[in-house]
Formats: sequence, C-alpha cells, structure tokens
Amino acid sequence: MSAPRPEGGRRPALAVFKLASCDGCQLTLLDCEDELLNVAERVEIAHFLEASSAVRPGPYDLALVEGSVTTPQDAQRIREIRAAARFLVTIGACATAGGIQALRNFADVEEFRATVYARPEYIATLATSTPVSAHVPVDFELRGCPIDRGQLLEVITAFLAGRKPDVPNHSVCFACKRRGTVCVTVAHGTPCLGPVTHAGCGAICPAYGRGCYGCFGPSGSVNLPALIPLLRRDGMSEDDVRRTLRTYNAASFAEVEGAPS
Amino acid sequence: MTHRGSRVLHVGSLARVEGEGALHLTVDDGTVTGAELRIYEPPRFFEAFLRGRAYTEPPDITARVCGICPVAYQMSACRAVEDACGVTVGGQLAALRRLLYCGEWIESQILHIHLLHAPDFLGVDGAIELARTQRGHVERGLRIKQAGNAILEQLGGRAIHPVNVRLGGFHRIPAAGELKPLAERLRRARDDAWETVRWVAGFDFPEAGLDHTLLALAEPGRYAIDSGMPTVMASPGEHGIPAASTAPLPLRQFPVYAFPAEVTEKQVPHSTALQATLGGERYLTGSLARYAISGRWLSPLAQEAAREGGLGDPAAGKVCRNPFRSIVVRAVEALYAIDEALRIIDAYEPPSRPYVDVPPRAGTGHGATEAPRGLLYHRYTLDADGLITAATLVPPTSQNQAAIEDDLRRLVQSRLDAGVRDTEAELTALCERGIRNHDPCISCSAHFLDLTVEAVDRPRRSPPCP
Ligand code: SF4
Ligand code: SF4
Repeated sequence: MSAPRPEGGRRPALAVFKLASCDGCQLTLLDCEDELLNVAERVEIAHFLEASSAVRPGPYDLALVEGSVTTPQDAQRIREIRAAARFLVTIGACATAGGIQALRNFADVEEFRATVYARPEYIATLATSTPVSAHVPVDFELRGCPIDRGQLLEVITAFLAGRKPDVPNHSVCFACKRRGTVCVTVAHGTPCLGPVTHAGCGAICPAYGRGCYGCFGPSGSVNLPALIPLLRRDGMSEDDVRRTLRTYNAASFAEVEGAPS
Repeated sequence: MTHRGSRVLHVGSLARVEGEGALHLTVDDGTVTGAELRIYEPPRFFEAFLRGRAYTEPPDITARVCGICPVAYQMSACRAVEDACGVTVGGQLAALRRLLYCGEWIESQILHIHLLHAPDFLGVDGAIELARTQRGHVERGLRIKQAGNAILEQLGGRAIHPVNVRLGGFHRIPAAGELKPLAERLRRARDDAWETVRWVAGFDFPEAGLDHTLLALAEPGRYAIDSGMPTVMASPGEHGIPAASTAPLPLRQFPVYAFPAEVTEKQVPHSTALQATLGGERYLTGSLARYAISGRWLSPLAQEAAREGGLGDPAAGKVCRNPFRSIVVRAVEALYAIDEALRIIDAYEPPSRPYVDVPPRAGTGHGATEAPRGLLYHRYTLDADGLITAATLVPPTSQNQAAIEDDLRRLVQSRLDAGVRDTEAELTALCERGIRNHDPCISCSAHFLDLTVEAVDRPRRSPPCP
C-alpha cells in the first residue's frame, strides 16, 4: 500500500462519510482532543458533516468511511465516494464487517421490517448489511466497534507520511500479556474471545474482569475450532457461543466459523 | 426570497448534527404549510434482532444504537431489564452509574456546545474554522470534553461503547482512592465550564418562544439523570401564558410503566420517523424540559451559573422557553454534571461487590433515563429463561421531532410575517440553527425510517456525496 501525495504542496483533502452506523467511529476523530486541531491544520477537511457545514465535492485524498451498506442508495453512494477518493479507508466494524445491523443477514428482513414499523412499505432497505469491501475496492480496513483513537491517528499520520499504517494483526491475547493482565479464562474460568479477536483496543475487557466479546472482529490467524470447546467448558451453551460470535462482527466471524447460517 | 408566492426549500444534508437528516419546507402564499425534518438514516432494526438474545445482552448491544450517548442506552437498558427481574440497584453502585452518566453528559453537552452549536452564533462553519479566530474557546471546550471522557474511560473502560457496565452494576469497581486523580482534573474542568457558561451567555439570541408541553424525569432532591418519574409540564398556550414566558406551569407525573399508555408512537407517511405524542399532543424532551421541571434541584453552583448566565433564578422556578438559549442551559447542565461527579467521587466508598445478582424471570420491564438530549425509554419482555421476546426503544429525537418541526414552522413564519426578505441561504441557515437548538441525534435509527416516497422538490444544495 502506498499513500497518495497531493501535488503542488497543497494540504491533502480529508473527507469523512457515514453509511448505516451509530456515528461512534467518526466521533472517535472528534474525541482526539489533544490532536484534533493539529490534524485539522495538516489536512483540508473537505467533507465532514458532523464537524463542519462547509463541504466541497471531490476529489479527496483520503476518505474515511463509517457504516455499512444497507440501502440501494448507499450502494450507489459508496461507488461515488470511491470514484472521488484517491485512498479509501473503512473505519469500524460496520464499514469493515457489516456491523451489528448485519444480524439481519441471518434473519428474514421482511419480518424485521414488519416488527419495527407499522407501515413497512415506507421503508427502503436491503435484505443484507454488507461491508464496504463487498461493493468497492478498499485501501485499508480499520477494525473495532468502535475503532481505537490511537489506531485512527496512526492511519491518518501514516497516510500523511506516505507509509503503511502500523496496525498489527495479532490477537487480543497478545495485548493482554503486554498489559500484564491476568488471563480471565485461566484464573477465573471466564469465557473470552481474546484468542481469536483482532488486537487494537489494548485488551480492555480482561483488564476490567470480563471476557472479550469480540468487538474488533477476527484476528489474522484464527483457530475457532480450538476455542469453542474452551468456551463450552467455561459454561457457554452452544446458543451462547453462536450469539456471541454473531454480534458486532457477525458477518466476519461467520466467515471464519465456516458454519452455515 | 419573495414575500408572497409558493416555494419549496430543501436542505439536502444537515451539517453539524449527529446522524443524517434533511429538511423540507413548503411555503404557500406567505404561509408555511409544511416543515418536515427528514431522517434518512437507514433503519438498523435493533428492536427486531434483540428478540432471542439473552437478557444480559441489551446493555452492550443497545449501546451501538448511538455512539454519542451509549451510556444512556446502557443505563436505560439496565433499568428496564432489572425492572423485569425485580431487582433494584442502590447505594454506591447506583452512585457509580450516575458518575458514569455524568461523564457522558459532560462529553456530549460540551461537544454539542463547542463543536456543533456555538459556530451558529459566531457565523462560522464549524469548530475547526472557529479555532482560527477563537482558539482559546475551542481549546477550553476540548479540555472539558476530555475530562468527561476521562470519567468514561476510567470507569467504563473507553469513551465510546464502554465495556464495564453489566446488569446489576459493573464488572470491576474502582478501589478506594482510585478516583482521586480524576477529581483534580474535574476541578479544573469546573472552572472551565463556568467560563463556558459566561461565553455562551454573551451570544446574541434571536427572540423566540415555544409552547410545547415538556417531558422530563424528575425526582425530589436532585436533578434527574439516571432515574426519576416521567413528569409533564403543561404547555403555555393552554393557560394564556405567552410562549416565551419564563413562568412555570402545572406538573403531572406518571410511573415509568405507564409510558406506553401515555406516549403513542405513530408512523405517518409524510414524516420520516415514528413520531411520538403525549395524548395526541406534540411535546419536547431534553435540556429545556429538564431545566424547566427540575431547575431548582441543580447544585447551588449550577444555580448561580444559571442566574449569571441570564436564565433567571431556577430556585424561584424560572424556566427558559427560548430554544436559542438552550445552549446556555446545556452549559449549566455540563457544569452541574461536573459538580455532581465531584460530589460522587468525594463520597465514594467501594461497595463489597461490583454488582448485585440479577436472576432472570418471565415478565416485562420498563426503564427510562435522561440522555443528554432527552428522555430515553426502553421496554423488554423476557421469558423464564431470560431470553428476550419483545423489545421497544423510544429515543429522544423521535419524541422531539414534531416539536422541532413546529419550531421551524414558527421560525420561518415569523420572518415572513415581519416582511423580512431572506435569501435562500439565510433561510437555510436559520432552519439549520432551529434544528441544532434541539441537538437532535438522528443516529438512533433503531426506530427511524427512510422514506421511499419523495415529495416533489427542487434541491438547492449539492447532495452529500461527491
Ligand atoms: S463500528 Fe460500532 S462504533 Fe463504529 S459506527 Fe459501527 S456501531 Fe458504531
Ligand atoms: S470486546 Fe475484546 S476487542 Fe472489544 S474492547 Fe473488549 S477486549 Fe477489546
């Protein structure tokens, strides 16, 4: 991966877009209180509706996309965003793995629609919630529900410097060891998805005495079949295991699960 | 624009709001005949997929409805499920929950004030532009916001979608003294927040009033955040009191379990969200409602700030009915949340266990708390094994939508009546301000819809995509 460098010494144009999501990942950018104004000085914020009314059309040097594709309009919109962006990064579980709204992929959307809305015919929605990469080529995917502030800054900085972001692919277990947290599974028999979950959060849950519930999605080398008996041993029923894997990154865990829906 | 004549104004993508929405306004022969706040946030079906999940899951799952107020979702979810299971969480665990919620109030109110709302009063596009000329104000805002986030991070594990909340309490609770460093930071933030009250109180406020019925939780002795009884303040119109009056009006209360009987949600083809009404009447929830109903329960410090900020004396029951001044009310609420967080930290003694047990049982439970932008109601029905069979979430923005639309109608009508000839751009800016007065959070697409039938309109602005 190589980052584009804008010509003529102008500041690179940053755009932030939102599809179906909770806003949490783009809020992460506003939560970088110490760095926000510095970042804003180094880039041109060309489109970021949550932060500014001033928007301009593309092309953009870097587009950050939050949220998954759940409507025909958004399927079209992501193609337009791609066409306008030199470099497209998805931020968060929604944009990278379909997000929590991908739970519809395992159900009957018509029935969902009728459950929530008295007049379902007014609702335009697709039967699935899909990640951005299912629609257009993506240059980099940042995981997490929500993403980690430090990793987001790393991605933006790496882009500005024209280098590859340093976002390791190992599991939460590594981060847990580095943090010096006593393993909750070994010490307390607490079921934990840490061994199969992508690092990035800094292993927060075990540090707070609970098992990882997989909000960063599967890590690079996942051995789910080895973990499942352990989860069962620690008291999870088969249904519990399935539900836990199918939450914030339902689609991507299902992929490695290899199980039919 | 011409004074008379028919026209359609369409603002294709609202900026500086959370989530995605649009505004559609119809003026017919000098009269505003339609003001529609359109929520085009795609539906995410939370209520549908919560069915079949375990009763322990709603706090983590519903947090994902909104990245701006995840704690509000976690707290309303806990209250509702615990209610179904017949468990009440009290003492220091309840105090810690309130502390976590204060963190969210600080973070969210300050975000709205400094990053989303203040630029309206200062004629700039956003906080980053504002930082070029008034860097000190923006930096101060970021500092206070950071103090709110520090509470969320320490007690909740992280600022967005905290991981430490569970039914009955927390996974891990702070040891004695562990919260002290937080207190130092909050004391600085308290001074900063007082500065913010002064700053926003000095803005130029257009004359405006509102005659909506107000709804907020209330409880004697303290400003309602994490608990309380739904309380309704009658609307001024009915009592011959002008819309902008600061006089209090009669209150009426109902238990949380009566919420579904009192509040009806209706899906209408020309609205873009399920609209809630109180017995058929539009109403407003959020900062203005809370301040009107519970102002006298603010801490002495926050009351003093309210007086200095030009809101009148909350102890004497003064209310604020100018929606543009909601920014001052929010600043007072942020100051209160800091003050309250400090009080809780001072009085903190670790309880013996981080949570109380919440065994499942069949039944229905109701829970309501005060999200920064208004009352957030959850209801769950559980079976005997603790699996959820039905879930309902009523976010504040769907409750406020009819009132916001009415405000916009009123705003534009008053300009037309005064013979002001606004340009399209001026009118757009005015309406966007009217919307931001209420801090709508339209990410809550648990319950919002995307309209397939579009009214005829002439887009005057480029669509949100390139
Ligand atoms: S990934 Fe999670 S935090 Fe990010 S937008 Fe989606 S739901 Fe929100
Ligand atoms: S669920 Fe796992 S990945 Fe998510 S914050 Fe907890 S430990 Fe980190």
